[in-house]
Amino acid sequence: MIPKYLTSVKKVDNEEKMAGLALFTDDIQVEGAYFAVTLRSEKAHAKILDIKVPTLPKDYYFISAKDIPGENVCNIIVDDWPVFADKETNYIGESIGLVVGPDKEKCLDLLNEFEVTYEELEPVFEMKDSYVHKEFTKGNVDLFKSSAKVFSESFETGYQEQAYLEPQGMLVYFDKDDGRLTVKASMQCPFYIHKAIMRVLNWPEEKIKVIQPAVGGAFGGKEHYPSLMGAQLATAINKIHHPIKMIFDRKEDVPFTTKRHPSKTDISAYLDDKNNLIGLKIHVNIDGGAYIGCSMVVLSRALIAATNTYTFENVEIIGDAYHTNKVPSAAFRGFGSPQSIFAMELFINHLADYLGVDRFVFKNKYHVKTGDVTSTSGIFRDEIVLDKIIEKAKKMSDFDRKFKEYSKPNSNRGIGISTFLHGCGFTGSGESTIINAQLKIKKDKNDIVTFYTSQVDFGQGNRTTLKRIVVDTLGIPEDHVIYDAPDTSKTLSTGPTAASRTIIIVGGLAAKAAQHLKDIWVSGKEQEIVEPYVGPSYIKWDEDKMQGDAYPGYAWGANVVEVSFDPVTYQVKVEHTWSVYDVGHAIDERIVIGQADGGLAQALGWSYLEKEEAVDGRFMQKKFSDYIVPTSMDLPEMETALIDNPFKYGAFGAKGAGELTFVGGAPAFALAFEQAIKKPVHKIPLTPELIMELVKDED
Amino acid sequence: MKINFVLNHKPIELDVNPTRRLLDVLREDLHLTGTKEGCGEGECGACTVLVDDKPYNSCLTPVLNVQDKEVLTIEGFREMKEYRIIADAFADMGGSQCGFCTPGMILVSYALLKNNPHPTDEEIRFALSGNICRCTGYQAIVNAVKVASEKGVKL
Repeated sequence: MIPKYLTSVKKVDNEEKMAGLALFTDDIQVEGAYFAVTLRSEKAHAKILDIKVPTLPKDYYFISAKDIPGENVCNIIVDDWPVFADKETNYIGESIGLVVGPDKEKCLDLLNEFEVTYEELEPVFEMKDSYVHKEFTKGNVDLFKSSAKVFSESFETGYQEQAYLEPQGMLVYFDKDDGRLTVKASMQCPFYIHKAIMRVLNWPEEKIKVIQPAVGGAFGGKEHYPSLMGAQLATAINKIHHPIKMIFDRKEDVPFTTKRHPSKTDISAYLDDKNNLIGLKIHVNIDGGAYIGCSMVVLSRALIAATNTYTFENVEIIGDAYHTNKVPSAAFRGFGSPQSIFAMELFINHLADYLGVDRFVFKNKYHVKTGDVTSTSGIFRDEIVLDKIIEKAKKMSDFDRKFKEYSKPNSNRGIGISTFLHGCGFTGSGESTIINAQLKIKKDKNDIVTFYTSQVDFGQGNRTTLKRIVVDTLGIPEDHVIYDAPDTSKTLSTGPTAASRTIIIVGGLAAKAAQHLKDIWVSGKEQEIVEPYVGPSYIKWDEDKMQGDAYPGYAWGANVVEVSFDPVTYQVKVEHTWSVYDVGHAIDERIVIGQADGGLAQALGWSYLEKEEAVDGRFMQKKFSDYIVPTSMDLPEMETALIDNPFKYGAFGAKGAGELTFVGGAPAFALAFEQAIKKPVHKIPLTPELIMELVKDED
Repeated sequence: MKINFVLNHKPIELDVNPTRRLLDVLREDLHLTGTKEGCGEGECGACTVLVDDKPYNSCLTPVLNVQDKEVLTIEGFREMKEYRIIADAFADMGGSQCGFCTPGMILVSYALLKNNPHPTDEEIRFALSGNICRCTGYQAIVNAVKVASEKGVKL
């Protein structure tokens, strides 16, 4: 069915992108720019004893830790990740240095002539050395000791590559007009790069500017890694004073840049002698890789989301992020919650089966209602319409009839439903204590309004929606408002483009700033407003104890996935999906549905196609011919509906939509698949090899 | 070596190494950067151009292979009336998000509709299957091709 989008406006960047006019990083021509390629570690854990640099021809340079004037640190959250590995290397592919010169092929040839001498150290590949540990409880967990029975299961999820279509890339040069070191890159967070460069060069803020060109997808993969590239290229240009471009080959991007944390989640249900549920113990383990990066925050989100859309009276939640000698895991759409929600959604269905009760009646008993206490002892304040969401998703998919039919033996077909939530914005009080967004809006003598944010549009459509929020608030024609891509020399920081915070937080800030400008509007006069972010007063959060209100609001959803299974080839096919979301009020329906279908598609890939495996610290899948990204033939027709439920604190009633759409796909898929093969699932991706093991196990 | 072909409706003669990738010749020598490199091994289709109306991965095509042929890139196609129909359909259906796959997607859609003006859903999905989109989940692009098909009978 061809949809009609009644609330949508023309996307501001549509025409340039369709016509091939939008300039992505590698499309930007800088006369005579040199190329940079990376000398990477061959060892998972070793001391670096010596780097033998070959004789370099004229205009070719080797850049390493020795060239750093400031600190050899790329700070993500803690100071553990070096810009260039110096004395020790902690993962295969870690950057040791750059070879820079006029001809890229020559640079690559020179790389082969380097000789690095290592002294190997014992590497760790399994999750056994925890470097971040968190735990908290709700209710009375001492009651667990009095339980008569315990039902326990473990769930595992794998790595996932963001697989943005445009690989990582960056261009650095000195701007002829203002003399600033200028960075253009495929990125999510211009100020993260800006800060990384200040630190490595020991430079003040005003000597640097970071400008966003067109960005070809990110999904979390360009949240932190570009900071490392920025620090490296800044070191290089500081030494050689010549423009440099570094564009990753896919073979470099897949195995050596950050990806989704693999996980193992153990859940136990404590039951009394009448099979009443006393409470749950949940232990989430994530593989953080060689450096902590943002793993502590990913872990926080995984833990807060671990009870998903259910309220349990007594809960013990434990989390560990582990150091391993592999590429650091970092941000990826969902940020930890897909892993723990996958586990909880399967577990609660399995628990109902174990108790011999109807799955849907059992789940319904625990569904979150407005006013319920969250796992961190905060309060669910939104108007929660989970019942409506589930009802609509079931109706759209003819769920009840199909569920009954596919339950029959040898159906080789299944249908599954998941419910899920996503907390919008930075965890806890992060928005007020860490980010402190400030938004500038000004008006010139001709009443033309310009506003600035540091939000990157890497496809989500936020440039269109943020502009619309300002245009509609001011009630002036669209072409009287100018809103360009971020440039750190012009904009104040409105924070990173992450955590589904752009519309709910920055959109809210933009609406407020525009309203304040409107309030003082004097035609023909220059006026300016700087609007600081002020969080809702109810947000109180203790990060150490993991107690309080974790997010200003939650978005909700349900996914229904139908699959068929071929018992001869062990292949599974997704036949159809139906989804219903409550993202508050969707300002632009077409954009939100685009996020919804794209998020679910990525989640389905994670469920059964996208296998990435490290053997002895080395990734076996290195490019798109062995890492399987879903094509139009792998994905089914998707039907998506939205429930309008305006949120008091968001701009125009909107909540976040970017990540929510990822978190429910895997459990809905797995539940459907379980029904098709009549066996429980505990692990994804469900590759034909894993399916064969599962099916044969039965025999 | 001299290579002659028709590029975006105009004859062109280039003196190039015949083994160079068509992609590099387009992007580096001719500054036609609407053709993108996503994977460099023919898996993602971001580098799609039409050669005699058929989709080619320009990253796998030595420039010699287009000798005496007609090559159409997004820069040429965007001047044609058929572009407007397909581009408007992509805009209406939300078929372009980050935009990196979009020029390739638009060209394969054109190649499909030129051959088969009223394709079924299955035929559309098959035609698009050489081009990866990581943003949309494809539904919006399939819808866009359908809309273009309805509006562009004479494509």
